[in-house]
Amino acid sequence: MRELLRVATAGSVDDGKSTLIGRLLFDTKSLFSDQLAAVERTSRERGDGYVDLALLTDGLRAEREQGITIDVAYRYFATPKRSFILADTPGHVQYTRNMVTGASTADLALLLVDARKGVLQQTRRHAFLASLLRVPHLVLCVNKMDLVDFDQAVFEEIKDDFRGFAAKLEIVDVATIPICALGGDNLVSRSPSTPWYEGTSLLHHLEELHIASDRNLIDVRFPVQWVVRPRIGELHDYRGYAGQVAGGVLKPGDEVIVLPSGLTSRIAAIDTFDGPVDEAFPPMSVTIRLEDDLDISRGDMIARLANQPAVGQDIDLMVCWMADAPLRTRARLAIKHTTRSVRSVIKNIAYRVDVDTLHRDEAVVELRLNDIGRVTVRTTTPLCFDPYRRNRTTGSVILIDEATGATVGAGMIL
Amino acid sequence: MGYVGWNFCRPSPLVSTGGFRVPAIGYELTHLQTLESEAIHIFREVVAEFERPALLFSGGKDSIVMLRVAEKAFWPAKLPFPLVHIDTGHNFTEVMEFRDARAAQLSARLVVGSVQDAIDAGTITEDTRPGASRNQLQTPVLLDTIEENRFDAVFGGARRDEEKARAKERVYSFRDEFGQWDPKNQRPELWSLYNGRHRAGEHIRVFPLSNWTELDIWRYIAQENLEIPSIYYAHTREVVERDGMLLAVTSLTPPLEGESVISRQVRYRTVGDMSCTGAIASSAVTIDEVITEVASTRITERGATRADDRVSEAAMEDRKREGYF
Repeated sequence: MRELLRVATAGSVDDGKSTLIGRLLFDTKSLFSDQLAAVERTSRERGDGYVDLALLTDGLRAEREQGITIDVAYRYFATPKRSFILADTPGHVQYTRNMVTGASTADLALLLVDARKGVLQQTRRHAFLASLLRVPHLVLCVNKMDLVDFDQAVFEEIKDDFRGFAAKLEIVDVATIPICALGGDNLVSRSPSTPWYEGTSLLHHLEELHIASDRNLIDVRFPVQWVVRPRIGELHDYRGYAGQVAGGVLKPGDEVIVLPSGLTSRIAAIDTFDGPVDEAFPPMSVTIRLEDDLDISRGDMIARLANQPAVGQDIDLMVCWMADAPLRTRARLAIKHTTRSVRSVIKNIAYRVDVDTLHRDEAVVELRLNDIGRVTVRTTTPLCFDPYRRNRTTGSVILIDEATGATVGAGMIL
Repeated sequence: MGYVGWNFCRPSPLVSTGGFRVPAIGYELTHLQTLESEAIHIFREVVAEFERPALLFSGGKDSIVMLRVAEKAFWPAKLPFPLVHIDTGHNFTEVMEFRDARAAQLSARLVVGSVQDAIDAGTITEDTRPGASRNQLQTPVLLDTIEENRFDAVFGGARRDEEKARAKERVYSFRDEFGQWDPKNQRPELWSLYNGRHRAGEHIRVFPLSNWTELDIWRYIAQENLEIPSIYYAHTREVVERDGMLLAVTSLTPPLEGESVISRQVRYRTVGDMSCTGAIASSAVTIDEVITEVASTRITERGATRADDRVSEAAMEDRKREGYF
């Protein structure tokens, strides 16, 4: 059975990220000859003198003209064991929002450092963001090992340096791999140039990583997305609650509570187009029928009686601010949380986190573009939520400017 | 192949431990189930938050898959939106018959925007030079169709692996009143929280299959045992070779001067307008043979068969900016 693994990668042009991605695509036969030919042709026309694999991902005209990457690009590759979605984000400081976007759905964050330069401020920043977004796995690739003669001491020093920093973060699983993206060392198979390295190749690591336990299978959470009412013939009385399971395992016969109303019932059946199922778990999209006819609509949350999410209107968030105009106290914003949209007001900005030092600046009065900080919001109607660390789906919100409709912030519930 | 749906990887049986039933190892989905579930979620979000959605259905493989996922999202209710097709008048008969049959099967309303009608009415002008394509004429007709029907969300079957401009497009792709896409001004998309806020006159294109690859599409067609138009399978056809592509010879697309007509065993990897969609030499007559062929090919589907993307390095980006799918 082939699973899906979502990878977020970040880094600057210089550390060889594009080369690494190009190699992964090429070595898994996911790069096509006409794509490669187009890149070769453009490199030649620009007089690069080498094949610039960055051109594979830099798809927009402005990017090619300016030689920059302006946005998250999605790449796809597969091996017989897994299919991979790779969200590739640029590493510049001003693009925190892109990294946050890519990391929000990632199972794994892939960071690169240049073996000659070691762990840089940017590496620490990316690791912090991966930790903030609770990406469960992290791989640090120490690239350009050929330029330090595949010296184990260099590798070990970088590894220790990074682990020292990562210990301050909440990253559960960190792997460090010495590679040479250009030469393909330790990418698909173990390299003879690093006999001292006892771990696996990058691709092997990506294929074998255990991700099933990353989901929350304990706390039953089912945000109602849409009420299915065919209103025809023998289905006249059919009433199903469609949604994607956000946590736990639901089964017919389970006693459930509907929030925020607090009404209770039992699951009569879990329907899918392919027939009823005995169990539903994340991230399955299903339709639930209850034994009782309750007044349930989009935005409600189904949970177990003995294990309920918090229900409240005063919520503490870590926010990544994504708009040019700064966020200030008393700002009024719309919030989308699971399938529920509410209005809110910012009551307090507690502090801003310096992503380089992890220092909390409590003197701030506003959050600027790409700032990360802790805020308190009050919502017009209650949300049914969990801490983000407990559940990435029921613990996350987006902040929306009601005047422009723009997504201006990402919030993680504390 | 053969088997369909969740049962394929039904979780391991529950283990009883002192009266508590705890999950045994398992609870995993295949990558196709994960992609399907994500797409169903997107369909339901859009239908919940928009007033007048519609689904672009051309009878091509991506839209066939998209339609099946839509069917699953709202089952047992009927599709809560109409189907839309922009007909260039140069489409393959087999595909048009397929389109109509599938719409009828679902009792879905089918809205057809006709490029020929727009040409006849004089609202658009056709490039009548030999070998010209009506591909670009689809854009104004699509925009008119959206406006006339006041659609505010239009589902499309585009995938990010198709082309590098698409690799950076969001699932919700906002279009202004001219249908234009602004790649530098896209909303960030976080988690599975889609922001559908839009102003009157604006509409969005929604791509539920954004994360699917060409191979995923074929594997899903096999898994779901979906019918597809016959031209996706190898058949013998009169073609001419032009710009390294095999183009069908029909009354609408006759050979150009100096081109010789040859009879070849071919199949179509993408299905679009006859004038700009090439066939590939192939002997794949079953879905499994098609999958094997696609899995081993070294050329992208658009590179192999779409003259419209060969115009310039940024051909797709430019067309999207103008309001193309």
